[in-house]
Amino acid sequence: MSSRFLGISAYVWIAIVVGVVVLIGIPLSTDKFTTFEFANVAVYVIALMGLNLLTGYSGQISLGNGAFMAIGGYTTALTAYHLKHSFGIDSPAILYASIPLAALLAGLFGFLFGFPALRLSGIYLALATFALALSIPPIIDIDKLEFILQGHSGVNLHPLHPPDFLALSDEQWLYFVNCAIAGLMFVLAWNLVRSTTGRAFMAVRDSETAAVASGVSLSYYKTLAFGISAAYSGIAGSLLAISVAYVNPDVFGLQLSLALLVAAVIGGLGFEFGPLIGGLFFVWLPYWSEQVSKLHVGTFQLPSKPDVFYGVLLVVIIFFAPSGFMGVIMRGIGVYRARRAAARGEKIVIAPTAGVLEEESIGEEPSEISN
Amino acid sequence: MQGNWRGLRKAAVAVTAMLTTLACGAQQANNSTTASDVGITKDTITIGATYPLSGTASAYASVAKGMNAYFQYINDKGGINGRKVTYIVVDDVYNAANTPAKARELVEQDKIFAAVGNLGTGPNLAVRQYYNDNSVPDLFVFTGSDHWGNDFGQYPWTLGWQPDYEAEGKIYAKDILANNPGAKVAILFQNDDYGKDYVNGITKGLGDKATSMIVKTATYNAGDPVDMSSQVNQLKASGADTFYIVTTPAYTASALVNSQSSWKPAHIYLNSVGASTLTVQTVLKRLGNSSAFDGMQTTTYLKDPNDPAQANDPGVLKYKDIITKYGNGCEFINPFCVAGVACAFTTVDVLTKAGNNLSRKNVMDIAANQLNETNNFMLLNGIVVKTTKTDHFPIRQERLEKWQGDASGGRYVPIGDIISGR
Repeated sequence: MSSRFLGISAYVWIAIVVGVVVLIGIPLSTDKFTTFEFANVAVYVIALMGLNLLTGYSGQISLGNGAFMAIGGYTTALTAYHLKHSFGIDSPAILYASIPLAALLAGLFGFLFGFPALRLSGIYLALATFALALSIPPIIDIDKLEFILQGHSGVNLHPLHPPDFLALSDEQWLYFVNCAIAGLMFVLAWNLVRSTTGRAFMAVRDSETAAVASGVSLSYYKTLAFGISAAYSGIAGSLLAISVAYVNPDVFGLQLSLALLVAAVIGGLGFEFGPLIGGLFFVWLPYWSEQVSKLHVGTFQLPSKPDVFYGVLLVVIIFFAPSGFMGVIMRGIGVYRARRAAARGEKIVIAPTAGVLEEESIGEEPSEISN
Repeated sequence: MQGNWRGLRKAAVAVTAMLTTLACGAQQANNSTTASDVGITKDTITIGATYPLSGTASAYASVAKGMNAYFQYINDKGGINGRKVTYIVVDDVYNAANTPAKARELVEQDKIFAAVGNLGTGPNLAVRQYYNDNSVPDLFVFTGSDHWGNDFGQYPWTLGWQPDYEAEGKIYAKDILANNPGAKVAILFQNDDYGKDYVNGITKGLGDKATSMIVKTATYNAGDPVDMSSQVNQLKASGADTFYIVTTPAYTASALVNSQSSWKPAHIYLNSVGASTLTVQTVLKRLGNSSAFDGMQTTTYLKDPNDPAQANDPGVLKYKDIITKYGNGCEFINPFCVAGVACAFTTVDVLTKAGNNLSRKNVMDIAANQLNETNNFMLLNGIVVKTTKTDHFPIRQERLEKWQGDASGGRYVPIGDIISGR
């Protein structure tokens, strides 16, 4: 590791300590509703990490990650439902145990979907994944499969309760479970991006020709990216089913897939922390736009539509921060470092965001600051 | 004398409030005449509900407007035992995926005492576990699924109100067998528990003949694009002469319009939850044929402000005053506004009976086991809202009616007497 890493390690440690304090502080200092919403933030952060690996790092655009979430969510819901109704086994342990199963099944499905997707790129891949997002909910709805998939009425699950020795509310327990899993998945993604595989993803993203010339197998890494992304989405879907304690096809509709991509872009594609910011936006932006547009009717006012406010805000964000919030933050950090270096009379270098590239000139667009 | 009495009562209230605050675990210590709970203060009762305020089922927002209108009217008359009602309505877009978070918002953040009038079968199925786990009254849900009455043992905090769908389906079946025994029935229904209840009702009602009489079914999902042309074309192709429409208002409009393009089924039965006078009038205006739906049948349990025969009914006159003053844009002839007002009346009835014993448990007990309301001014005369320890279907009676087009837009005309569906 370079000396720069050691040089800023104090900041990193402060950031980690502050982060942990905030993470633990949220459920202990807010009401149940806020805690529940933050538990959902953790779920969407996992989903967005999956999308980020696929679209942000390996350059394959996906409008269909909601479908992978559906597979995860239904794995959990149907496992619990059928064990209960066919075998009389009804235990919260099933829910926990179904999370890795959801990752496995969704990951396998994603990997297989990666094969046809190999032939497609850019807008055509977007359309293929779009079709996936469109077709999964109606498939769940098929009448003849209702005895397995439970149709449009969906599946109710038992809410998760904390173990007896912990004096936590259901919401707090859910929050900690989701955050722990999100933290684990974050570390895995962080390491993946820095591994040979991660570098291969980025090579594929930046130039397929150059990647092939360097001995990177396109088919292997592209399908792998789909598999890993889908596994992340599967875990998120599973946790979503557990959090809400209910699934039906509407939960995983097209708008979920679209909203995921929007949130990933707002957070910043290709940045490790992009999904964190994206997740916060995914959950809280609709809520706040509803509050601001007063659809939440205390004294009964109906006319304004929250969607309008939501839309306007999105346009503003995309206009002023096209590389997402992380792009803006990283540019700020880069400028700050360059100035500091200039003040010391050193050579002007801008820090790459994740240490993959060693140097880059200050004049380049932030979107081209590679990770 | 009066003044002294008031002063005494104020002092008593203040002392009670102080004692309640001082005594930890006061709820157990209290005797049963005064009790309080989340969402109750000295002068307010906060209740709430999830409704589709936007999206394809947003016609039902009028139910919430009707509810709110009656609560405002009661508030201006001094409230319920001095407490004013705050009714908080949040939008779940009639999408069961949204409802759980919205229910939590109401319970945890808005600190409602009870949910009253949560609308929709799917949305309610998604949250009843939550309300029951948290012992929050989930009163008078606006859906006629028989889940609420049948599953009361398992979910004792969730209670229905309106007549159930299966019973309504049976009423149509009876009418078909009596007046149109050779009917070939085509069914369009929403593909969820709500739609299936209606289909079960007519299927059970037709009995052995169901398999031969029901020639074709078609479905849509809540939230789908509102265009029923493909479904209606499929049904038309089956050669059916009777159209049973099990749809929410927006889809009803599309189904009705499309049924007239070349099919023109001889008989139409329209489920009550999609049979709004406004919807039918709008479609007729669009078709430019005021007699297109003459004879189309539905059922109702509500008074109809659009019926000249009921125009001077004291209940209807009172309703008109309330909607004019507090309706917030609710259309006078809209049966959803009527339903909202009538349900709010039952709610106020229950809360009034609870007096100062406003614990969630007591209010739930009164609503689920002790209702016997014979004076609801917007229910058809003779309809009783009743619950007992063994019966948790508050309204069981309804009446058939048929559409009659005229120059003023058209209206429903009652057929026969009130009948009990269940």
